[in-house]
Amino acid sequence: MRKYLSFFRIRFLAGLQYRAAAWAGIATQFAWGGMSILMYRAFYQSGQSAFPMEFSQLSSYIWMQQAFLAMFMVWFYDNEIFDHITSGSIAYELCRPCDLYSMWFVKNMAIRLSRVVLRCAPILLVAALLPAPYGVTLPASLEAALLFPISMLLGFLVMVAFSMLVYISAFYTISPNGVRILVTSVLEFLAGGVLPIPFFPDWLRPVMYALPFASMQNTPYLIYVGHFAAGDALGGMVMQLFWVIALVLMGKGWMNRALKKVVVQGG
Amino acid sequence: MIELKNIRKTFRVAKRNAGLKAAAKALFRKEYTEIHALQDVSFKINDGEMIGYIGPNGAGKSSTIKIMSGVLTPDSGECLINGRVPWKERAAHVQEIGVVFGQRSQLWWDVPVIDSFELIRDIYRVPEEKYRKNLEDLTELLDIGEIVKTPARQLSLGQRMRCEIAASLLHDPRILFLDEPTIGLDAVSKIAVRDFVKTINREKGTTVILTTHDMQDIEALTERILLIGKGKILLDGSLEQLKSRKSTHRTLTVDYVGERLPLLPEMQVKKDLDGHAEIVLDTEKLSISDAIAHISAAAEVKDISVAGENIDDLVVSLYKEFAL
Repeated sequence: MRKYLSFFRIRFLAGLQYRAAAWAGIATQFAWGGMSILMYRAFYQSGQSAFPMEFSQLSSYIWMQQAFLAMFMVWFYDNEIFDHITSGSIAYELCRPCDLYSMWFVKNMAIRLSRVVLRCAPILLVAALLPAPYGVTLPASLEAALLFPISMLLGFLVMVAFSMLVYISAFYTISPNGVRILVTSVLEFLAGGVLPIPFFPDWLRPVMYALPFASMQNTPYLIYVGHFAAGDALGGMVMQLFWVIALVLMGKGWMNRALKKVVVQGG
Repeated sequence: MIELKNIRKTFRVAKRNAGLKAAAKALFRKEYTEIHALQDVSFKINDGEMIGYIGPNGAGKSSTIKIMSGVLTPDSGECLINGRVPWKERAAHVQEIGVVFGQRSQLWWDVPVIDSFELIRDIYRVPEEKYRKNLEDLTELLDIGEIVKTPARQLSLGQRMRCEIAASLLHDPRILFLDEPTIGLDAVSKIAVRDFVKTINREKGTTVILTTHDMQDIEALTERILLIGKGKILLDGSLEQLKSRKSTHRTLTVDYVGERLPLLPEMQVKKDLDGHAEIVLDTEKLSISDAIAHISAAAEVKDISVAGENIDDLVVSLYKEFAL
């Protein structure tokens, strides 16, 4: 266990070095969050009743999404891992007394969290100061406040477990770019990154909730803003737990198979 | 103790002809060729030995190292290292080996080297006391005390390589694999690396297996050589054996006072000018001691040295002999 903690630490610290990138990210996310909210405002002005969430809930959703973007961004991958696979440096990692899957999993968590740590506080702080329906509010209820962190953690694990599958695919494809682009566009949509899932038509939502992607950012944010009643929240979290276990098992199994016939590239 | 028996490994490599048409065809049906990286490799290495594992590019050196370090699984054959099969008991096996791949890095690029060392300490669960002692010894021997606080990305190649070697020895491995450790290094760094490898082999009894294209590495370090070519072990013996096997010719370089050296008929003159002569002789016809006795009796010798065939030439001729 200690070795994985050390792994986490070294990657986390390395991630904290990039301060300028963090400031740039904060600026971008403000602009993006602000634009989204203004856009929704225009829609909401045409009639409140047609929408599944209140405007203030939606604002909170968007600001949470921006603040914790790095935890759930689907287009982000650790290029080092792809490099290791395609260039053959993975040889070093294979001759360590470690489980490669766990090592990469931890590394991914660390790099994403290091980005969030630098970015979330300023965004949340400013968004909290914005005037009422445009800013971020406190959790909808005590229940929401208690369930939200657990659901965040589960959603984060689902995200990382899923991205592990993309990393492992690089063993088979040499160039991981094709898989990445495909996965990114589909996933961003299905995870509620572009549009919160409650906004989708009634016939499509059940399908989306059955997929692992709804268990990433969607569940914790909907709990936070109070869109999920207590029962829905627990149901959503059971689903999250299911996907964490399923995706990790899938990833581990696939990785073991990949490593058996691995060809270390170059020299 | 390392023992390999009849190890084979074949790779499948996708292949297509040049041109658009062939590329389009490859979209639907890929053609593969089989590359027999290792065919029937067997050898045995005892504890504390220092082995030079040589061979031309693509001969199968790296594949063998990867099999011995548990990274690759061979198609068939047996491999026992300290009583374990590397790819079956990977975790236990790698705890006892250290590996340096000269062309890759194990140090974390953007953090100080010492952080990488500490990570490696935790990965191998090296007890704190042992870690401190090893770190102290290694920093002193490799002279890296000053540079371990620098991020790896800012190190020169020579500095980095010394850190890489230190990193692979922090957990006191019984076997050290060095895959081209001196590649791209300048003369000073090469010598530092060689001296260090010699020291740990002598003092800690670490078994060292070294692959290299640098014949000076071989000459300076190893007593036993394994020559591999086209996936087969071609030669297994000492450097001296290899040298004598190949050639009985020696070159005598003599500095003397006088006009011209009086020679015996078995001696061939390559050069004789201003008191400096180079003479080639066949040791089967005339022994070196006889030749030296003759020369020193006939002239006042200031300096004399004997050189065998240059080891680079030796290896090239061996490669030729085996049609590599």
